[in-house]
Parts: sequence; structure tokens; C-alpha cells
Amino acid sequence: MGHFLPSSPEERQKMLEALGLSSARELYRDVPDSVLLNGLLNLPEGLSELAVAEKMRGLAAENKQYKRILRGAGAYDHYIPSIVRYIPSKEEFLTAYTPYQAEISQGVLQSIFEYQTMICELTGMEVSNASVYDGATAAAEAAGMCKNRKRSVTLVSETVNPEVINVMRTYLYGAGTELKVVPAKDGRTDAEALKEMLSAETASFCFQQPNFFGQFEDAEKFIAAVKEAGAMVIMHCNPIALGLMKSPGELGADIAVGEGQPLGMPLAYGGPYLGFMATTKKYMRSLPGRIVGQTADADGNRAFVLSLQAREQHIRREKASSNICSNEALCAMTAGLYLAAMGPAGLKEVASQCLSKAHYLAAELAKVPGVSLAYSGEFFHEFVTVMPKAQEVLAALDGAGILGGLPVEGGLLWCVTEKASKADLDETVRIVKEVLA
Amino acid sequence: MKLIFERSKPGHALTILPPLDVERTALPAALLRESAPMLPELSETELSRHYTELNKQVYGVNDGFYPLGSCTMKYNPRVDEEMAALPGFTGIHPLAPKTATEGCRKVLELAASLLEEISGMDAMTFEPAAGAHGEFTGVLLIKQYHDARGDSARRKIIVPDSAHGTNPATAAMCGYEVINIASGEDGCVDLESLKAALGPDTAGLMLTNPNTVGLFDPNILEITRLVHEAGGLCYYDGANLNAIMGHVRPGDMGFDCVHMNLHKTFATPHGGGGPGAGAVGCKVFLAPYLPKSAMLDEPGHCQVRSFAGNFLVVVRALTYILTLGREGIPQASETAVLNANYLMKGLREIFTPAFDRLCMHEFVLDLSDYKKETGVSALDVAKGLIDFGIHPPTMYFPLIVHEALMLEPTETESRETLDEVAEIFRKVAELGREDPEYLHTAPHKAPIGRPDEVAAARSPILRA
Repeated sequence: MGHFLPSSPEERQKMLEALGLSSARELYRDVPDSVLLNGLLNLPEGLSELAVAEKMRGLAAENKQYKRILRGAGAYDHYIPSIVRYIPSKEEFLTAYTPYQAEISQGVLQSIFEYQTMICELTGMEVSNASVYDGATAAAEAAGMCKNRKRSVTLVSETVNPEVINVMRTYLYGAGTELKVVPAKDGRTDAEALKEMLSAETASFCFQQPNFFGQFEDAEKFIAAVKEAGAMVIMHCNPIALGLMKSPGELGADIAVGEGQPLGMPLAYGGPYLGFMATTKKYMRSLPGRIVGQTADADGNRAFVLSLQAREQHIRREKASSNICSNEALCAMTAGLYLAAMGPAGLKEVASQCLSKAHYLAAELAKVPGVSLAYSGEFFHEFVTVMPKAQEVLAALDGAGILGGLPVEGGLLWCVTEKASKADLDETVRIVKEVLA
Repeated sequence: MKLIFERSKPGHALTILPPLDVERTALPAALLRESAPMLPELSETELSRHYTELNKQVYGVNDGFYPLGSCTMKYNPRVDEEMAALPGFTGIHPLAPKTATEGCRKVLELAASLLEEISGMDAMTFEPAAGAHGEFTGVLLIKQYHDARGDSARRKIIVPDSAHGTNPATAAMCGYEVINIASGEDGCVDLESLKAALGPDTAGLMLTNPNTVGLFDPNILEITRLVHEAGGLCYYDGANLNAIMGHVRPGDMGFDCVHMNLHKTFATPHGGGGPGAGAVGCKVFLAPYLPKSAMLDEPGHCQVRSFAGNFLVVVRALTYILTLGREGIPQASETAVLNANYLMKGLREIFTPAFDRLCMHEFVLDLSDYKKETGVSALDVAKGLIDFGIHPPTMYFPLIVHEALMLEPTETESRETLDEVAEIFRKVAELGREDPEYLHTAPHKAPIGRPDEVAAARSPILRA
């Protein structure tokens, strides 16, 4: 059996004796006899490090690692620079708690302050929090920020990732308020339907840019209408696309949220990921979660602290803006590190390569007889194809070590990142051709 | 320390991407951003130095004693990190076909079965990404249960005044009215207050046991019986599970659902404030209400996070549980309790325990008398400890103890360390008597002195 106790059984016995006890069981004398366990739990026997490593490696080996992943839908396979993978594994960053004791936590605090700054730059907003759990909970928390007694209805576009909509619905069910889905038309938000659904009860409208189908929403067309109706605009955006596309700040959104996973976090079967949230100064005090602020110590040295804590659960209890406590601090630091490693030119280039390679694959696939693109609008690095024998195509690609597009209503949702080479994409097209021939 | 933006030099960069090998696509001008984001420009050397410098200004569990009460800062085994970094786990797309994710699903199934056994529950979800997120999920189970029965009168959740702030905040997020009940003089639930609060409007009770003063509530079976009798359900906040693993189970105490902090009890690291994982377990009658990911399973279920949650945290926790096994799990808990009692004994002569009796995995010191005598507060003592190279305990929590310092040494500390720590507390206490001013302005040896938090809140500077 393995353990991590820095004491021997003899030492522990002596400690018990020092307490006037003869056995460890006496430590549990407040536990009612009827529920105090007598035997051991039905757990396996403990393992040595070598044995447990073998066991876990065996489990990992039961997964299939594709040589190329052409699937996104909320989780994106970007290249992670080596230094971005290495630095967060430093033990101090890794094993510290939330930085309550600022004097010995300046490294964590500063890394979050830098992250907040970069998120503000990326989104064009004024204030960022220190992160929430993921992009879906970020959208749900944002919807919560917008509601009040008079305005309690949240609108969300059907073109938002279904996982995000589902999480929003769950959070709003908790709060006992309504979520209404604005229908899509040709793969984008139906702006006319949205305008009809806006009312004096609308708290906010949430849309995704680029949307779940990869399409760019014609955001300028409906943002003004939402604001005119007195509701707030929540823009759920892809952080890599922000290297190129108009930011939430430029579009006049009130809250920017998104899934930060593309900024240096592996796919990892869904997590840990990172929810980013940024807003304007006006709504700063209703943001959920930690926020790091700059101040000074008595000697005038620059210092960072957890700030605006009057919003938070440990002070406000049932009146807090959210119950969030632990967030995704290490992922936030990773995102900051990724953005610093890429730099302004690097981020723009990643975005441009994703865009270009996705368009190359889309164009080549559309040349294959029987294959067409489901939607005609501008897109970023995801697009939907309509083709016969989609399951056979996916199976053939799978056989070649390629994870093809995700089956969604209406076709296959493909995603191409900078990791895919022209050769990978040509091979993909060749296989599709063969299956459909 | 310089900000990363202050290190930036035009043209400094890493070489990450190959040249583009297809024709470059341009977006229409209307979609393009007007101003480029101000991101720093650094070489890899500069980047490495910057974060290394930041890392030196962080105190982690590997640095030394970290008795942050309620946070279970135990040692985080390196092998857990290595397993979580296996490409066979990190490279798996959450929406890959089931045939390609056999290993990931086995990890979740195995971890679920082990945690069900430890907690005495029947079913489990790993969607919640942190403890508070687990609380939210657990209380949503309660809400769905009452709603499904059409029992809409149950609008209140009962929370003891000693609870973590996340408990009342969670209940409020789920649309419940929060009924705070006073603790008895012994720090445990006051049965009369509980009885008075219970009624046909009771949706449930949120409770941690051992409670936040580190005591196992001996009336626990009576408490859960009373709540059930009133038609409410019992939620177990697993924040303090590290005290009892393998000795007593929340499921046997009468709880209907529970969250477990994998980042505390099961040795996965805190990362300076996350990522964690708040696995939620429940009894079989609540299992139909557990969240299920929309795309992984049929839609329409409640879902609290995208995909399967913080999967790599589960990998770490599973590695840990498999290492300890059936004998190691209870041994970890009883050693945590032993260490807490041993340390309390060592400190009893220096500061007053809030409850001077056998404790579980943590205990609370009450520095009210010491403050009266010296003018030195719990905050001053905490800051003074920093100069002696240890992390301060949790301060001013729980709220029911004034001038509280809450210590949780965990099982991964040696007797020598605990003896040394008692000696450090003695020195700090003496220092407070001899030179209170020195402690009022402590720490003196940390990278910075006490920051001005009032100024930070009054005129917020939240970005560079």
C-alpha cells in the first residue's frame, strides 16, 4: 500500500500516547457507534507508485489518440508552446491556495492581474474577473448579472453551443427565471425573430461569435435593437478568433464571456478549462468571482490583492453575486502565459492560419461531388458540410487516424486549427472522395 | 517586480508556427477588429525569467507548513501530476466517439465507484468544477426532487451560522430563502433551533460534519432524522471529509447528497485557486436528477458545466485513491485527526482553543483574551507567522468565534514539524507581548509589507 505520511507507525503511537489515547479509533469517540465503520471499506488494496503508474498508463492507452483532430464544437486542438506546458507545473504555482495572504502570494496575484489585463485587451472591455469554471458557466453567470426584478427573461440564440445553452438553462432554473431560445435562420441568429422576442422583461441577449456552426453573426444588425429595448448584450466569443475579429468592446457588448481553453489548455476530455468574463466599469461590482486589484504596501511598493471582495460569498453570504470560491486560477495564468508567448503578431497569425486552413478544407470538400456547405455566410475555423454517408466517411477517417467533423443536425461540423497541415487536409479530402465515389 | 508588459520590447517573440502552407484567407473588413490587442512581446528567455520570478513569490505546499483551516492543504503527490499529463488523457477530445474514449470513461466510472464507497452514496457526477459548484449541483438535486413531486411549498434551506459562506450563497443561487440557525455553545447544531426552523416549507439542510470548528456533531443521526421527518433532504458539504474517510460515511449519517472536493481531500493541487473538482454523489432516489452533458447523452437534463467536468483533476484523484487503497484511506484521515489533536495540545498553553476538547482534523484558536492583553490581533499573529516561514492559518473564520485562527495541519506533516510549529507560535506570542508594534506591522521579511486593501477597493486598479 502506498501512502504519503511522513511518520512511522511507532511515531504515531507515541503521539497518541502523548494525547492520553491508546488507539486511533479513540479519536472517533464522538461518532455514534451505529455508524462508526468496523471493517475496511470495499476499496482495492493500495498500490506502489510503480504499480499505480502502470495501471493509469493502461487506462490512458485504452483511449485513441488521433494524429489529426478536425473537430471542435467547444473544445479546440491548438498547439501549446512548450514553455506554456512547463511553467504551470512549477510546484509553487501548482500547490498554492487562493491568494488570501497577499504578502506571500504576489506571484499568483500578479499573474492574475496580468491575465485580467490581457483579457481586457482581447475583448476590448474594461474589467475582467480572475476566471470562472468554463465558457458555459461564464455565460450562465453573465445572464445572472443582467437580471433584476423587472427584467427577468434571458434570451439566447439557438446558434450558441448547445452545452452553453444547457448550462444557462440549469443556472436560470436554479434562480427560477426564464430562458428563451431565439431561433436560427441559415445558420445564424434570426434577427427579425429576436426583435419580436425583445420586451420590457428582457434582461439580456446572449449570442456566440463565431457561432456554434462557425458562422460570423451579423452582430451589428441586432446589438442596437437589444440595447434599444433596454436589455444587455452578452457576447460569447472564441479567444483565438479575437486575434482577428471585431471585439465585444468594439461591437458595444455589455459583457464578454468565452471558453479560454484554446489559450494553452489541452483538450483533456473536457477539462480543466477556463471561463473568461469581462465587462464595463459600470457593471464591475456585479461581476462574480475573484478580482485582483493593484495597491501599495506601507513602503509604497506596488502590491496586488484580492479586491472588491464585498461582492463575494465569504463576506456577503446569501447576498453574494455568486457562490463561486475556487475558480480556475492556474488556467488563467496559463492563458496569460499563452498570450504572452504568442504575442500580438503570433495570436493574429494563429487566427489567420485557422481561418485560412478551414477555408481551404471547406473549399476542397465542396469540390467533392455530393458534398456541399450547409451555410453560405462568412465563417472562422468551423463549418458545416452536407454529404451522404457521413457515418461511413467518419469511420474511414477514423481508420486513418483522423477525427472528422462532429455529427450535428444538418451535417458534419468541422474544425481546422493551425495544427493541421495541407497534407493532412488533402488526405482528408482524398478519403472523403473515396468513400463517396 | 516588473509587470510582463513592462518587460515587453517590440519585435521580441518566440518562433512557434511554421509558415502557412495554404492560400491565406482574408476576412471582410467589416468583421475585422479595429485596434490590435496590446499583448506583451518577449523572447522565451524573458518569458521564462518573468514567470520564474513570479513563482519565487508564491508559497506552496512544497515550501512548508500550510495549516490553512478548511482548505486541507495536504501534500500533492508528483505521480498524480505525471498521470494527469499523459498524452493518452490530455489529447482526448471530449466529443470523440465512445469507441475512442474507453479509457477516459473507465477513469470516471472507477473513480465514481470508489468515491461512492467512501461517501456511502449510490451515484455520482463529475461535472462540478469546484466545491461551491458541487454545492450548487447538490442543492439543485434537492430542488428538482421537490419540484418533480409538485412540492412547491418548500422554499427554505437551513444553514448553521458556522457554515462556509458558499452554503448560504448556493442556496440563494438556487432560489431558496436561507434560514440561518444558531450553533449551540458546544459549536454544534442547536437541536432546539433546528426544530424551530423545520416545517412544511423546509427544502433541506446544508451541513458539514465535522463542522467548521473541527468537531464531529454527536447528534448527527438525530439532526438528519428531524430534517427527513419534516420532509426535507440533507446535503453534506464535503469540505471536511478528510477527517472521516474510512471511519464514517455521510451516506450512513443520513445525508442524501454530498459534494467532495477532489482538490482537497484527494490530494489534487489547488493551483493558486483552482482548477478543482467538486464531485457530487447522491442516494439512488436522487440519481435521475444528476446532471448529464447535453451532447454526450440525450439532451434535456440539467447540466452545470460543459462536457465531463475537470477530467484531469479526476485522473489525479483516482491515482491518489488507488495508491492509498482500503487501508491507506482511513489511515490518512486518522493521521490528519491525530496531527490536529497533537498540534492543538502543543498550542493549548500558548493560545486558547475555542473548544478545548478532542477535535477532528482541524481546530480553532480564540485569540480574544490575548488581544485584550496585548492589543495584538489574530491578523497580527497570522502575519507574524509569515516571518517565521510558515503559512498563516485561516483567519476570522468561522464567524461564530471572535479573533479566530483555524488550523488544519493535515496528515502529511511530521511530528517534528508540528513540534517546530508549536515553538514558532510560542515565539510569535511572546513577541506580541514584548513588542506588539512589531506584529502590528508584520510581516517584515516577505516580498511586500501589508498591502493597503482599503485603497484597492476604493479606487480600483484592475488592469495594467
